Amino acid sequence: MSKMPKWADIVLIPLINLMLAFALSALVILAIGEDPVEALILMVKGSFGSTYGWGYTLYYTTNFVFTGLAVAVAFHAALFNIGGEGQAQLGGLGVALICLYLPWPHWSLALLGAMLGAAAFGAAWAAIPAWLQAKRGSHVVITTIMFNFIAAALLNYVLVNLLRPPRAQDPSSAKFPEVTHLPTLHDILSPLGISFSKSAPANITLFLAIAACFGVWLLIWRTRFGYQLRAFGKSEPAAIYAGISPTRIIMITMLISGGLAGLMAVNNVMGEAEKLVLNATEGAGFIGIAVALMGRSHPFGVALAALLFGFLYQGGAELALWTDIPREMIVVIQALVILFTGALDNMLRMPLERVFLALRSEGK
Amino acid sequence: MTLMRTFLGAAATLALGATAALAEPAVIFDLGGKFDKSFNEAAFNGAERWATETGGKYLEIEMQSEAQREQALRRFAETGANPIITTGFAMADPVAEVAPDYPDTKFVNIDGFLPEIPPNVQMIVFEEHQGSYLVGMLAAMKSANGTVGFVGGMDIPLIRHFACGYAQGAKAVNPDISIIANMTGTTPAAWNNPVKGGELAQAQIAQGADVIYAAAGGTGVGVLQAAADADILSIGVDSNQNHLHPGKVLTSMLKRVDVAVYKSMIAGDALETGSMQVLGLADDGVGYAVDENNEALLSEEMVAAAEGAKAKIIAGELDVVSYYANDSCPVLDF
Repeated sequence: MSKMPKWADIVLIPLINLMLAFALSALVILAIGEDPVEALILMVKGSFGSTYGWGYTLYYTTNFVFTGLAVAVAFHAALFNIGGEGQAQLGGLGVALICLYLPWPHWSLALLGAMLGAAAFGAAWAAIPAWLQAKRGSHVVITTIMFNFIAAALLNYVLVNLLRPPRAQDPSSAKFPEVTHLPTLHDILSPLGISFSKSAPANITLFLAIAACFGVWLLIWRTRFGYQLRAFGKSEPAAIYAGISPTRIIMITMLISGGLAGLMAVNNVMGEAEKLVLNATEGAGFIGIAVALMGRSHPFGVALAALLFGFLYQGGAELALWTDIPREMIVVIQALVILFTGALDNMLRMPLERVFLALRSEGK
Repeated sequence: MTLMRTFLGAAATLALGATAALAEPAVIFDLGGKFDKSFNEAAFNGAERWATETGGKYLEIEMQSEAQREQALRRFAETGANPIITTGFAMADPVAEVAPDYPDTKFVNIDGFLPEIPPNVQMIVFEEHQGSYLVGMLAAMKSANGTVGFVGGMDIPLIRHFACGYAQGAKAVNPDISIIANMTGTTPAAWNNPVKGGELAQAQIAQGADVIYAAAGGTGVGVLQAAADADILSIGVDSNQNHLHPGKVLTSMLKRVDVAVYKSMIAGDALETGSMQVLGLADDGVGYAVDENNEALLSEEMVAAAEGAKAKIIAGELDVVSYYANDSCPVLDF
C-alpha cells in the first residue's frame, strides 16, 4: 500500500488541481478576448484587497463552511447528501419564523433561538430522505435532490402567500426586528481598534462556522458515534456484524448533516439580509458538495476549500461588476475547479502517489 | 460593456480605495436582464442615449439573483458612482437599506414604493393604468370576437394595475367584451419566461382572444411570438415593441423608463431627491406607440377615440380607477 504524507494529500494535490483549473480558465478568458492576468488581479484585489472585500469573502466562506461540513459528515457515512440547498432554504424559513414571531430581548438569545430553528428545520428536511433510505432503501441522492425542488416550491408558496407583508410586491418576508440583528465584523472589531468595513456582511456567524468545524472534527474522530459512523461508511456489512444499527447511523448522520446545512441560514438570512428573500441560498448548498470533495471531508480542508470558493464568489461578483467577463464565466471557473478537484482527482493522485513511493524507497 | 475595458486598469488599482473620484452614473438592471426588449431594455436605451449624447460613461450590472441586490448597490456606492439608478420594484427595499450609509450618493428607483423616502433617494413611478386604458380601448375596437387577452408577468399589484386599466379601457368601448387575464407566475422568474408566456397566449387564443396585451417583461416576447404565429394581434409593453412582428403588433403601451433614466443621468449630481415622482399621460410618461409598423392597423377612428380619451384623462374629466386605490379592480377579478 502506497501512502502519501498527509500534507500532500490535503494540501498539495488540491493545489495542483486548482492550478490546472485556473490554467484552463485562463484559456477560456483568453478565448473570449479578455486578459486573464488582469482578471485574476481584479478577483484577488476584489476579495482580499480591502476589508470590504474580506467581509464579503468571509461571508460567502461562512455559508460554504456550513454546507461543506453538511456534505462532509454524510460522506463519512457513505451517504451523498446533495440536498444541502433545500435544507439551507428550510433553515432560512426556521430562522425567519423565530426572528419574526418571537419577542427577543437581546441578539445573543435570538442567535441561540435562530440556530435551533435553523438546525431543526434543516434536519427535519433531511429526515424524510434519511428515513426513506434507512427503511425503504430509496437512494438518498435521488430523494435529497428531489427535496431541493420541493423546498424551492414550498419557500415560494410561503413567501408569496404567507410571509409577504401586505402591500409589498417583492416576495420576501418583513424585515426582522432590530434586536435580532447580529453584530458584524465591523461591530466586533472596532472595540479592538481594528477598522473593518461597515458595509460588508461578514458577521459573528463566522465564529460559529469555525466552532462547527471543530465540533465536526470532535464528532467524527473523537466520539463513539463518530467511530460507528466511519465504520458504517467503510463497510456496511462489517458495521452490522459489529452490532452497529444502520438505521440509527443513517438517521442521526442525516439529521446532523441537514442541521449543519440549515445553520447556514443564520449567516445569510439573519446576518446578511435580515429578512427571508427568495433564492437566499444562491446555490451554496451545491457548492458545499464541491467544498467537501475538495476538502477531502476533513473539517480543516473544508474550511480552506470554503475560503477558496468564497474567493471565487466574491471575485466573480467583482468581475461581473468591472469587466465584460459575464458572470457565467465564474460558473465555468467554479465548474473547472470542481471537475479537477472532485471528478478528476485520481488523475493526479495516482501518479503522485507513485512519485512519493519512489522517493521513499530511494530514501531507505 | 466596452467602456469598462479602458476603465479596468484604473479600477483595479483605484476602485478599491473607494474614493468619490469618479462621479459616473451607474445603472442596476433587476432580474429579467437588460435585453428583455421591454422594461429593462427601456432603461438601457435611456442610458445609452445619455452616453452617446454626452460621450459619458456609466457603470452597469444585471442582477442574477435576489440576494445580490444589496451588494451591487454598495459596491457602486463605494466606488463613488453617482447617481445610482435602479430598475424594478424589488430594488426599492435594498435602496432604502443602503442609501442612509452613503448620504452623498443619490439613488433612483423606478417602479418601486417606499413608505418613507430617504433624502437622497428619488422614486419614479408611472401611471400605467392610464396608458393601459388607451391600449385597452384600441384592443376592444380592433377585436372581432369580442374577446381580448392580458398576460401579466409576476402576479403583483403593479401588474394588476396594468391589467385593471386595460380592462377599463376595453369595457369603455364595448361593455360586453370578455377579458381573459392570466399571470405567468408569482416569482421574479416570471419576468423572463417567454415559453410560458407563449403557452398562456395560446390558451387565450383557444378561448377566442384576438388581441392580447403582454405586460410581462421578457416573458412578453413569447406572447407576441405566439400571437404572430396564430395570426392575431398583440400589444407590447414598456418599450416600443411594434417592430418585433411588423403588422402583427397592434401597438405598444409605452412607459418612458428610458426618458426617466436619461433625465436622471443628465441631472447627475444636481438630481432632485427625497420625493416620489409620478409620470402619467400629461408628462408623456406613458402612452401608446404609433410607427410605420402598425400604422396600417390603426384606423383614424381608433386613433381619434384614443386621443379623445387621452385628452379627457389629462383634463381630469375621465378617471381611470387605479388598482392601488383599494387593492381591487372594478371590472376585472383576479
